[in-house]
Order: sequence, then structure tokens, then C-alpha cells
Amino acid sequence: MSTLEIDRVRKAYGSLEVLKEVSISIGTGDFLVLLGPSGCGKSTLLNMIAGLETISGGDIRIAGRVVNHLSPKDRDIAMVFQSYALYPTMTVRQNIEFGMKIRGLSQAERDKSVKTAAELLQITHLLDRKPSQLSGGQRQRVAMGRAIVRQPKLFLFDEPLSNLDAKLRVDMRTEIKRLHQRLGTTIVYVTHDQIEAMTLATRVAVMKDGVVQHLDEPQSVYDRPANVYVARFVGSPAMNIVPGVLEVQGENVTAKVDIAGKPPGRISGIPLSAAAARKYAGKKVLVGIRPENFSVANGAGAMLAVNVDVVEPTGPDTLVVFHLGGVEVTARLPPKQADAGREAVLSIDTSKIVLFDADTETRID
Amino acid sequence: MAEVLSQSGKARLGRLVVYACLLTVALLYLMPLWVMVVTSLKSLDEIYAGSFIGLPKTVTLDAWRAAWSQACIGTECTGLKPYFVNSLLMVIPSVVLSTGIGAINGYILTKWKFPGANFVFGLLLFGCFLPYQAVLIPMARTLGLLGLAGSIPGLICVHVAYGICFTTLFFRNYFVSLPDELTKAAMVDGAGFFRIFWSVILPTSIPIIVVSCIWQFTQIWNDFLFGVSFTSGASSPITVALNNIVNVTTGRKQYNVDMAAAMIAAIPTLFVYIVAGRYFVRGLTAGAVKG
Repeated sequence: MSTLEIDRVRKAYGSLEVLKEVSISIGTGDFLVLLGPSGCGKSTLLNMIAGLETISGGDIRIAGRVVNHLSPKDRDIAMVFQSYALYPTMTVRQNIEFGMKIRGLSQAERDKSVKTAAELLQITHLLDRKPSQLSGGQRQRVAMGRAIVRQPKLFLFDEPLSNLDAKLRVDMRTEIKRLHQRLGTTIVYVTHDQIEAMTLATRVAVMKDGVVQHLDEPQSVYDRPANVYVARFVGSPAMNIVPGVLEVQGENVTAKVDIAGKPPGRISGIPLSAAAARKYAGKKVLVGIRPENFSVANGAGAMLAVNVDVVEPTGPDTLVVFHLGGVEVTARLPPKQADAGREAVLSIDTSKIVLFDADTETRID
Repeated sequence: MAEVLSQSGKARLGRLVVYACLLTVALLYLMPLWVMVVTSLKSLDEIYAGSFIGLPKTVTLDAWRAAWSQACIGTECTGLKPYFVNSLLMVIPSVVLSTGIGAINGYILTKWKFPGANFVFGLLLFGCFLPYQAVLIPMARTLGLLGLAGSIPGLICVHVAYGICFTTLFFRNYFVSLPDELTKAAMVDGAGFFRIFWSVILPTSIPIIVVSCIWQFTQIWNDFLFGVSFTSGASSPITVALNNIVNVTTGRKQYNVDMAAAMIAAIPTLFVYIVAGRYFVRGLTAGAVKG
């Protein structure tokens, strides 16, 4: 039985439809990340799961129970907010036990839960402070503590790391992951940061304009994105989308791409089903190549000679920018392998190439 | 070096001018208060002898005593005491009720928004600009129908109704700066409408509660028009009684008693301002700047 089932859920404000028939279901212990730019409906969806927004159509089931009309407190959920939303006049302890107090738990039970949660999150020494005396990371921990003591079926996180500085964000990310591993809880997590999605999720739902574009494990979303939008959104630097023409000779599928100032390059050995190869032979396609699928020419895979525009060393590797098929393309190479303004010969790992339809921009298999 | 000196000299001169101006204005403003205080401490003979601004030759509290418990208001010679009590009986419930209702209104208008909430708020604001005189007759009719005409409870109703628009404005603008996620978090924690209000929202609103109380206290205590229109005789508030003391005299006009009476009437508002004034300034600017 799935812990959370979102079944053709819709949300409309008047005639403005912000969610269009979204269906997602996850099992116990899953970590679902709703990923998308602002305005894609991901936070609305989270608020609907929490019961803070009404549902215009469809059903939301938590542990098999339809919760459409239940108030937040009856849904067996806990939520961590972007601004943490700690009660400013209460101490950390009072913040954490507020919900338990309302549910009428005894002082002894409350103390025990607060103690366990505080130890887990290493905030025992902060229990008697007010939120205003805490740093961002500490507030974040308190907010999580408040959620943990509820022992809910489902944890909801609304962009919990976006108010932290870069360093702390990475630390807290690890912390959340560790917490998930230790407690085995089911989590729905909203973010616009694709790295957070990749690192944390067991399932990612990439959203745009109120529609789920791709729902899968993070690695699958990364390797085989459902469409050009997902391909560009997940991964940094983004996947290169190069216009080309498909040439099919027997089993061998080749994409012909223009190279500025040189004869066209041929990328051969692209994996493609026979049916798709027949359908797209001689047609325009979009060739998706991840930056790391390029390498310095090694005799394997497809080879291309290109003129390097810009070289950006990042330390562990260097980003090399050049033009392919009329668009800017980035390759991730080992340091000191290419110079700006000079020619470079690169190999492409064709087994990782993904093709997209030039018109619909969806993946071709 | 010389240039630097003259620069600092210029700055000092400017400072001096500023302080001189401030001092002059402050003195000018305090002048009437000074006259009131010294006059109230003089005997009537001394006043009629022509000393008005100077210090009293002999300090006497007779005028204060007379104003408090002996001065005649109409035909009753009770002093201001019973009317002072009337005013307290009227002000305290009015302030508590109007502040409480304003707080709940502000809470609903910001954290439990309903379609048309801003329109309702606009209508409420309208009340802030309505001149008192315009509502006297309809108000009198309403009080008559309710059977509250000429009584302190009636006056409380009037002041609460009139105060709500201001208190709602205060609380609404304060609560708007509180993040909505606070209410959402409390809802997820299982708190209901009143629990959130009581445990989460109100404890954060001390500054604005103080502002609302000071504002309402001052307005209602100092009100004369509603008091004179909707009460009579023994149920009058102190402002009406003060007017009667000053305007109804037999024989020589008792300036010292009048001054003492005026000061007795003014002391509660002064007291409230001095005790809670710093909250007032802080509360008025709170919410304007996110801190």
C-alpha cells in the first residue's frame, strides 16, 4: 500500500488552473522531491497535501485514507516551512511540545519526546532559548524537531534550505538525508534546487506549469529525461541540446551536426529502437549530450574536432565551451586539456546520448 | 588645521541654534501647563490680586480639594470624584472591548482571509474618517431603541463601536507583517482558530496592544461630545462634569478650582502616556519596518 497517493488532483483559482491532473504515488520510506521553478505549482501541491489549501478535483490519500476534507491536524502529517515558522514568543522546548500539548499529552510524555528529538538533532543545549537567539541552521533543526515529535505518517518540507547560506545548506542537506535514513520516514520535499533533488530523493517529480513532466528515480531522470525541459532543468551545467539530422544505415544510427567553420560532424552509434530509427531516419532531431559525456579524444565513441571558445577551470575539472549545431555546448573535461581559440578533438560517449523529437521535444526511445 | 577648527566651530554653532529653537518651542508649549499648575496652587484672593504667571506666595491645596470633592456641578456639590469614577467605569470596559474586538478583526482580516476581506477592511476604515457629529442622531435613536440611552453602558457601546475601526486598523497592519506560515504551522500542530490567536498571535502583539490601549484610553477619556450627548446628570463622564464646573458658577469665578479640576481630568491620560509612552512610539513604527 502506498503511503501517499495523489490521484488526478487539480487546483484552480477561478479560471486559472495551477495544477492539471497531477498523479503521483509513493511508498513507505520514499523521499519524494517536487522539483520545479517558482510558479510551477509544487508548493501549492504540498499545501494541498498538508490541508492548508483546498483541492479543486481528484483525491489525495494518506495511508489509504482519503484526506481531501480533513483538517491538517487530522492528516497525520508534519511540516517544515521555508521560514521555519517557529513561534517567536516560545522557547525551543515550548515550540517543540506545542503540538503535543494541544493533543493533550502528559508532561512526562512530552518531556520524553522533546528529549529524544533534541538529542537526535543535537539541540539539547538550546531548549531554553528563544528562536530569535538561534542561528539559521539551529532554527532549521528546531523546526525539524517540531515535526519529528509528531511521529507522522508523512513529513512535508517546503524549501527548507533556501534561507540558509551555501555552506550550511550542504551540511543541512546531509543532515536531512541522514535523518531520513535513520528514521525511515516518508518525506515529500519541495525545492527548486536540482542538486537537492538529486542528492536527497528516492523519487523526483519535475514539474512545470502545473504538470508533472517526469516522475522517476533521480538517476533515471538524469540519464533519460522525459523531455527537453527536464533535460535542461536537471544537471549543472545543463544537458546540451544540439539540433542535428538523423542518418540510419542498418543498425547504425548517426546524428549529423553542423560545426562552425568545419565540415559537419557525425556522431555514430546512438542507441535507438528499430521502430524509432525507421520513423526518424533523415529527420531533424535534438541530440542531448551531458557535459561529462565528452572526453578528450581517445579513439573510442564518436570523434569531433571543434574550435574552443572559452575555457572555465573549476578545479577538479574544466568546462570547455564551443559551438555545435549552431548552439553553445559545454563539455566537462579534465583540467588543462584544451585551450581557448584552439582546436580540440573530443570523443563522445554515444551510449549516454538521448534523442528528442524536434517538434514535441519529448524523448525518442 | 584652522579650517578643521572652524568647521567644528560651525557645527557647534548649528547645534546651539537647534537646541535653542527646541527649548523655546518646548517652553512655549509648556506655558499653559505652568499657568494651570501655579494657578491651582494659589488662593482665590491672590489670583484676583493680579498674579497670574508668577509662583504662589502661599501654596495651598484647597482648590484641588474643592475640585475633587466639594465643587458644585449643577445643583450637586460633590466635586469631580463621582464623575471620575464614572469615567473609569466607562473607559476600562470600552478600551478592553474595542481593543479585543480590533485584535480579532485584524487577525481574521490577515490570517483567515475570506473573499472580500480587503473590501470589508476598507469599509471599516471608512469609520475612521466619519465625523462624530454626523452619527449623533442615529446613535441616539439606536441607544433609545436598545434602552441604553443616558447610561454608562450606552456610552460604552458608542465608544466600542467608534473605536473598532481604529483598533482594527492597528492590529490588521501589525498582523500583516507576521508571516502566514506561523498560522499554518500552528494549524499543522493542531491548533484551532482561538488557540492560534491566544497562544501564537497575541503573545507577539504586546507593542500593538499597548498602542491600541493608549490610543483608545486617550480618545475615550477625553471625549466630550458623546458624553454630553448620550449621558446626563449623575452618569456623566468627567469631561462633561468639568465643563459644568467651569461654566456654571455663582459669584466670583474660581480660577484655581477650575484649573485644579482640569488637571484632575487630564492626569489619567498623562499618566498612561508617561508609563507606556515608549511602547507607543515603538508600536506605531513596528510593522512599518521589518525587524
